Amino acid sequence: MNTRKPAVRVLGATALAAATLIVSACAPQTTGDSSSDKDEKTGTLRVWLFQEVGNKPKEKVVDAVVAGFEKEHEGTKVDVEYIPVETRTQRVKAAFNDPKSAPDLMEYGNTDTAGYVKDGGLLDVSEEFAAWDEAKDTDPTARQSVTVDGKVYGAPFYVGVRALYYRTDVFDELGLEVPRTMDELASTARRIRAEKPELYGLVVGGAYTYGAMPFVWANGGELAEGKGGSYASAIDSAQAQKGIKAYTSLFSDDNCPVAKCAGMGGNDTVTAFAAGKAGMAIGGDFSHAAVEAGKVKGKYGVVPLPGVKAGTVAPAFAGGNNIGVLESTSHRTLAVELMERLAAKDTQESMFEAMGFLPTFADVRRQAAAKKPYVKPFVETLAAGTKFVPASPAWAQIDSSLVLPTMFQEVVSGKKDVAGASRDAAKKMDAAFGSAG
Amino acid sequence: MTAPARPRARRPRSTTPWLYLAPALVVIGGLLVYPVYQLGLISFFEYTQAQVSGGEPTTFQGFGNYAELFSDEQFWQVLLATVAFAAACVVSTLAAGCALAVLLTRVRAVPRLALMLAALGAWATPAITGSTVWLFLFDPDFGPVNRLLGLGDHSWTYGRLSAFLLVLLEVVWCSFPFVMVTVYAGIRAVPAEVLEAASLDGASQWRIWRSVLAPMLRPILVVVTIQSVIWDFKVFTQIYVMTNGGGIAGQNLVLNVYAYQKAFASSQYSLGSAIGVVMLLILLAVTLVYLRLLRRQGEEL
Repeated sequence: MNTRKPAVRVLGATALAAATLIVSACAPQTTGDSSSDKDEKTGTLRVWLFQEVGNKPKEKVVDAVVAGFEKEHEGTKVDVEYIPVETRTQRVKAAFNDPKSAPDLMEYGNTDTAGYVKDGGLLDVSEEFAAWDEAKDTDPTARQSVTVDGKVYGAPFYVGVRALYYRTDVFDELGLEVPRTMDELASTARRIRAEKPELYGLVVGGAYTYGAMPFVWANGGELAEGKGGSYASAIDSAQAQKGIKAYTSLFSDDNCPVAKCAGMGGNDTVTAFAAGKAGMAIGGDFSHAAVEAGKVKGKYGVVPLPGVKAGTVAPAFAGGNNIGVLESTSHRTLAVELMERLAAKDTQESMFEAMGFLPTFADVRRQAAAKKPYVKPFVETLAAGTKFVPASPAWAQIDSSLVLPTMFQEVVSGKKDVAGASRDAAKKMDAAFGSAG
Repeated sequence: MTAPARPRARRPRSTTPWLYLAPALVVIGGLLVYPVYQLGLISFFEYTQAQVSGGEPTTFQGFGNYAELFSDEQFWQVLLATVAFAAACVVSTLAAGCALAVLLTRVRAVPRLALMLAALGAWATPAITGSTVWLFLFDPDFGPVNRLLGLGDHSWTYGRLSAFLLVLLEVVWCSFPFVMVTVYAGIRAVPAEVLEAASLDGASQWRIWRSVLAPMLRPILVVVTIQSVIWDFKVFTQIYVMTNGGGIAGQNLVLNVYAYQKAFASSQYSLGSAIGVVMLLILLAVTLVYLRLLRRQGEEL
């Protein structure tokens, strides 16, 4: 046995050394403070925009803006790169970690704003935004989506909202009226399913958070309430529970069977509707192309999702993208100016023509609706008032750890009742708000 | 496991063996020890995206991440599910692999070749492809299985156990070939006269397996069991793809997917590291205990 002793001693010494190392200095790697003091007036500006399905028209609009910008600023080159939407998270994280490879400007999903700000990636452009003459027409929800703690971190690029898609042929055949209240919505859905058992009435998904939230908001519930910069979950309030009940009651054999619908996400519901398997669905303006490409082309209409009372609209989630300047940019003035160009009224107008992205300026949006009637219900939905997720870095965590889908799925699968599931979800949200500040 | 207690013939101490080992040690050090060290290190800090990109300072948490993990009710549920699921997978894989290996020795060349090819095909299929295909086979709307069994639009992924069963089938399907081929090779190496003697004594197939083959194949079985334990405990792709990231309300989460959710989806790298360390320790403990048990038994035999 005595051959072992030195080994033990060495091991002990190594462990001790390792422990000392850990405790003393050897923290995991971090990037130093990424903000740059430089503000160069020439050179290359790097821009990251999202690669859309059918990206050519977008490139055209962007190229025109860039050409104008380069002409005005001699010695400046703009290098635009289109990054795939699926891998954007990794790309953006990498950009924050390595400022040298980071762009000066990037497009980002508006629910990510607070998270990116906390990560120290986005530049505070409050002053420039306030001085920008077009900014006054930005609609309030879009403005909220670039604002964290009263500071502005980018310019809204476009918005996306959801409304109610319905099958005109089915409605005609069954002699149905377009529902005007949430109760009518449910009863209409059940009628469709009863008369046409091969269809879902209103196709719903247990993992379709932004299709479910309008039910909560219409009933007066909220995701969370802001209290002095920090948030507290309100998803278990009486009103919110009412909304959760309204949504989850749609998961039943007389509308959308739990076994099939509990696992569905937003895309699944739109796909089902486009394939002609549902009488109604909640889809976005961005779903228009997918539905047009499906079997139901020419046989559907869109109206704003009805609220609790007749004549009201259920508040929709205002999704969309923003354009922001990265904190690590060494061309601050130029980058902010290019941001304003890319998010300007005329750019948004041509972007709408090219891609169908809804403008973030109320006046530009009205003109757009006049030109293309299909966006009318979405513009009406936006005009009726929309909601946004809490501007907290915790939101990304709540979203990615599937707190809300889990809650809806727990209820529809009968694992928990509404009160229990919403209480647990609120607890998880509060924990996230607490740890992320 | 490196220092055998038995006294050995004295040899002059020399550095030569280390010299020969050096290239391997450098590779292992770089690819194994250093990452594990980093994993352990990160698990003691508050380390999220904000710290990585320098938005906030990195702070030492001691066992804070572990405390958070162990106080999380969901972690224990997931751990229990993982252990039970891995155990079921290991048992099923070994049973299927060994049974088919024995079968291989009993059939003629052509069916043997067919079975081998089928198994190799399953083995060579990437997990993500296999999972997608299985999912499609059992799809409520388009899947041939429901049509064949006349189940209408029964959803296999809705119930907790039925979803786990579906994943188990896929895991067994893609991991039994390794067991089968290895055990088959082992059986081939068993002298024919031993088996002949056993059957002359009137032993049944099962008896031959239990009293003759299994003991002789022990070293091989140990290897495939440990391999299977490690693989099945770490299963990720199948769960992630087939239950859409953890099933209805997270009912089909296993530790690896749970760690992914924590570490990468929500950027809590430190918490994810803590889960990784816990998994490492569990696997190490299971393997050591298993080897220990076997050694003791081996000495008695």
